Amino acid sequence: MGDIDLIFKIAGVGILVAAAHWVLKSSGKEDYAFITTVGGVAVVLVWVIQQLGTLFDQVKSVFKLF
Amino acid sequence: MEIIQIVGLGIVATVLAVVLRHNKPEMAVFLSISVGVMLFLLMLGKIGAVIDVLKELSARANLSMVYLGTILKIVGIAYVADFGSQICRDAGEGAVASKIEFAAKILVLVLAVPIVVAVLNSLLKLVP
Repeated sequence: MGDIDLIFKIAGVGILVAAAHWVLKSSGKEDYAFITTVGGVAVVLVWVIQQLGTLFDQVKSVFKLF
Repeated sequence: MEIIQIVGLGIVATVLAVVLRHNKPEMAVFLSISVGVMLFLLMLGKIGAVIDVLKELSARANLSMVYLGTILKIVGIAYVADFGSQICRDAGEGAVASKIEFAAKILVLVLAVPIVVAVLNSLLKLVP
């Protein structure tokens, strides 16, 4: 249960990005709003892919899938 | 009481995902992937213990390790493919999910071919 932080991190980034998107959009900066969304998605994607990599390594070693 | 931890994790993640799905659906997908990976990792240790027991039993029964290894590989492919296809289906990509399941079926079939051949060979030996 060591990495439950990741869930809260992802949710936090999601809420933050949603808020930033809304603020930027309502002040007329549509392109910045889009860049913010893409940046947030990229950051979270890196975390999730690292975690998926550990999962696949563990599955490979448990089920001897080489 | 690991189940309480698991249910708590699931409920917290569900609430967060419902909050996020409203205006950032991609983050909700990331959240569900992350929870799935976490629960899978939590259970993988137990699966490993069960597999160790199975290996010991098969060694005692003088079974060939080739067959048990094949079965383990098939179970692993099934678990991983199911994980991936469920996530794709959750995100609304039913077509990709079906393709993942199709690929898993083909891979399992490829792994099972040597066993089928062995069964047929022993059958041919029995028939005069």
